Amino acid sequence: MDGQVIVGLEVHCQLDTKSKLFCGCSTDYRSDGPNTHVCPVCLGLPGSMPVLNRRSIEYAMRVAKALNCSVLEESEFSRKNYFYPDLDKAYQITQYDKPLAEGGYLEIEGDEGGEKRIRITRIHVEEDPGRLVHMGTAERGRYSLVDYNRAGIPLIEIVSEPDMRSPKEARKFLNKLRATLEYLSVFDSEKEGSLRVDANISIRGSERVEVKNITSYKGVEKALTFEVTRQKNLLRRGQKVERETRHFLEARGITQSSRSKEQEHDYRYFPEPDLRPLHVHSWLQDIELPELPDARRERFITQYGCSLNHARTLTGDLRLANFYETVVSPDPVTLATLADTWISDTLIGELNYRNMNIDAVDPAAFTGLLGLLRMGVITDKSGTEVLRVMLDQHKNHQPCEKPAVIVERLNLRKVSATNIGDTAADISAKSGVEPDLSIQSNPIVTAITEVLTEHPGAVDDFMKGKKGAFNFLVGQVMKKTRGCADPGEVNRLLAEELNKEGA
Amino acid sequence: MATEQEVHHIAELADVGINTEELSTFTHQFNAILDYFDVLDRVKGDTAGTRDLCNVMREDIPEPSLPREAVLQNAAATEDGFIKAPRVM
Amino acid sequence: MEAHTLTFEPDDRYNAFLTTCTKAPHGEGPLCGVTVAVKDNISTQGIETTCASKILKGYIPPYNAHVVWLLRQSGAAIVGKTNMDEFGMGTTTENSAFGPTLNPRDTGRVPGGSSGGSAAAIAGGMVRMALGTDTGGSIRCPAAFCGIVGMKPTYGRVSRYGLIAYANSLEQIGPMAQNVSDVSTLMGVIAGYDRRDSTLQDRPYTHTPSADIKGLRIGIPKEYFGAGVDPAVAGAVTKAIGRLEELGATTLPCSIPSMEYALAAYYVTCTCEASSNLARFDGVRYGPAADTKKSWHDAFREVRRAGFGTEVRRRIMLGTFALSSGYYGKYYAKAQIARENVKKDFARIFSDVDVLAGPTMPTIAFKLGEKSDPLAMYLTDILTVPVNLAGIPAISVPCGKVEGMPVGLQIMGRPWEDERVIDVAYAYEQAVS
Ligand SMILES: [Zn+2]
Repeated sequence: MDGQVIVGLEVHCQLDTKSKLFCGCSTDYRSDGPNTHVCPVCLGLPGSMPVLNRRSIEYAMRVAKALNCSVLEESEFSRKNYFYPDLDKAYQITQYDKPLAEGGYLEIEGDEGGEKRIRITRIHVEEDPGRLVHMGTAERGRYSLVDYNRAGIPLIEIVSEPDMRSPKEARKFLNKLRATLEYLSVFDSEKEGSLRVDANISIRGSERVEVKNITSYKGVEKALTFEVTRQKNLLRRGQKVERETRHFLEARGITQSSRSKEQEHDYRYFPEPDLRPLHVHSWLQDIELPELPDARRERFITQYGCSLNHARTLTGDLRLANFYETVVSPDPVTLATLADTWISDTLIGELNYRNMNIDAVDPAAFTGLLGLLRMGVITDKSGTEVLRVMLDQHKNHQPCEKPAVIVERLNLRKVSATNIGDTAADISAKSGVEPDLSIQSNPIVTAITEVLTEHPGAVDDFMKGKKGAFNFLVGQVMKKTRGCADPGEVNRLLAEELNKEGA
Repeated sequence: MATEQEVHHIAELADVGINTEELSTFTHQFNAILDYFDVLDRVKGDTAGTRDLCNVMREDIPEPSLPREAVLQNAAATEDGFIKAPRVM
Repeated sequence: MEAHTLTFEPDDRYNAFLTTCTKAPHGEGPLCGVTVAVKDNISTQGIETTCASKILKGYIPPYNAHVVWLLRQSGAAIVGKTNMDEFGMGTTTENSAFGPTLNPRDTGRVPGGSSGGSAAAIAGGMVRMALGTDTGGSIRCPAAFCGIVGMKPTYGRVSRYGLIAYANSLEQIGPMAQNVSDVSTLMGVIAGYDRRDSTLQDRPYTHTPSADIKGLRIGIPKEYFGAGVDPAVAGAVTKAIGRLEELGATTLPCSIPSMEYALAAYYVTCTCEASSNLARFDGVRYGPAADTKKSWHDAFREVRRAGFGTEVRRRIMLGTFALSSGYYGKYYAKAQIARENVKKDFARIFSDVDVLAGPTMPTIAFKLGEKSDPLAMYLTDILTVPVNLAGIPAISVPCGKVEGMPVGLQIMGRPWEDERVIDVAYAYEQAVS
């Protein structure tokens, strides 16, 4: 199997506790200025001592249980000694030879289809360092500025075995892990900088490269894809892949060799003498896990009739899954399938396009939109337009209108010969103009008449049997009715009109 | 037996700096002390059963942090609430 | 709360103080108006705290050590910060960046260390009580050399929060005074629970010393009277133990075999922990400035080279070496096993006896500059370090003189039996005064 890609990940996630790992400073620092969430402990002032946050251990144990790990009878904290200005004490309190948990697995959808187990080597808890701002240019740094607000935020490090076989599998692992952590209510992926990944990647038969400093979900696939290409190119040219540490430059999408000095680290680990060991194995039995992504996926399939792919998409993100269930809750029987398609296929795309997340959408409003679609008040195309308006209003901090209001304001009601009366009545109620109820005023028929007059060539082509001409004419009618017409209705009426012409 | 080169390496690792005059004295003293430490080679036994106190933890309740003036008061240089440090790049 | 002010203008001929508080505020309480000196490695909010090191020159802690808070609660007047060996690394207080402290009993001699300033402040009559810290004898040694009483409490009895760490797993803050009664009183103020020290146990001290030691069984470890111990010192201590027998105690010979390697285990442990503890002094958050025009590594090394004294740099290097790749098993891991063996030896002996007695130091106070070789200096700690390795309580109480200099009788007790150790010292003190 030479040439096979082998990937292992070390994932650092901030645990969503209220206070820091070893002191009472609040973890809610993101909207405040530098060095405002700092005390003697997390500033590393001489004489201060760490006291362990119980909830951080409880959270880590939930993760351990969810990832099928065994919790060690005794675990302990150690000091990892190295000098860096963002490291307040010049050592990081972490876990070394006695981590909290070892030996579990997480199932992902493998590249070859079907579920694939990625083994988990270990899980441990450690503190986040502070944040450095580099002043000057990359070529010529002048000095650094340090903010210790982040120092001491609890992190969980999850180390996988090298079981992934492609950058895509690595991304899937990471997404599944994120979903699992969010289902466990221990992690908030929306918080900036809440996740950092180091990846080990090699081509079977060659040396392993460590890629550090990946800080986003998409970055993992990008960094690894870059590395696969780089390493394969080296091998193709008959060169060797060197065992080294590389840094991922997110903005440029490339990895870059780190200077050799950093590779000579001798961390001189030893047990942290200011903390006592943990004997928490027995806590495991009292941890009740919530429904996790896999279970919820299966439930979505059986309870709502979702397709496997849609169920996977919907349950792959806690907020999305919750959104779906809230949306369908008023009437699951009629809304389940419609919501499934509209969320998985349309909404996610529209959100991604706008770089927005699901929190931007009011589930009740979305339920309302689905109701309009289900009752045939608007076409799918108009539904998308309403959705876009809703998202744009939210994005631009404008007052959010209800879907029905948007429909009326933009006059998006489905136009058809049969419900024209309703439409006209509605419009008259709004405009005060007396509707003309004669059949000639049917806007579809009017549009068809106009189109047939304007495009005699196309009509000729149709008469000569060119199928494409019919589609062209349908398109022209749709254009004239600004998409409000039901395509089925247009098809039917156009065919009728052409029949008349041909007769 | 530690050589001057090794002692120099340790001084680098510890980031305490050492000059040439100190190096030979330090190496000499180092070796006398390390020789003395060799008595530990005779130690037998294990450290099992030494943990009387475990699971010492606090509840996850936020407490007030220091006022920023107090955080910055001992720093030699600050800028816009940050603490200034030498460049690392 | 601190409604009163005490004027403190001592004639500090011994260089006992690094900082004095001329107008020391104090409130009401059991120690109302009592002058207390605090070793300069204990954080005092608003009062410079340097550990007698240039690297902390100008550092004003923004918070109080727990013991300092307790002292203030008790009404004590904190009158100054006392000199010490830099970061506690020494046995003479000669390793201070701000000059040595002199022994008030003979200014040509050292006061012992590292809490030499605290001992000299008491022996020189400048304060009634003082706090010291004891990592490997740093309270008991200067107490013995200066002829005062000093106690190292059981590990975990007094909060270390705010004590600038030298060797976390070994050290305790402890009381020092002219007599056992005052030591006991001060112990009552500083002992007890503090949730900020995870190695602490909730064991308050509410004892009043009792001189009744009838039926007490005292172990006499032969290693405390063997090679390296000045026979005159051993003689004075033997005589003192005789007085305890006269008071109704019985003695039993015993042995601590692990003392063969206890000193090595101690120095490996304390230098390893120190190498890590002292790495944070980089001139960024506090202390003399790192030059921000230089690269991080260069600026950092320069600050540390200029800021740390020779002994501190030596110990940082020793600890760095002992923890470095390939040596951990030979040094640190072995030292922890050795330490366990010391504990086991004490536990075994304490099943037959109630306390152990022997000299605090193998000799009387050295002359200034007498010990220049580091290893020779380390070896003088042999009788005090086993107590720190085992975490047990021990006290040094004056027991006569040799060449006109005080000798200390050391009483060691079971874990958490600080009260009994105090009682034995008190009984002796009452019998000879
Ligand atoms: Zn803090």
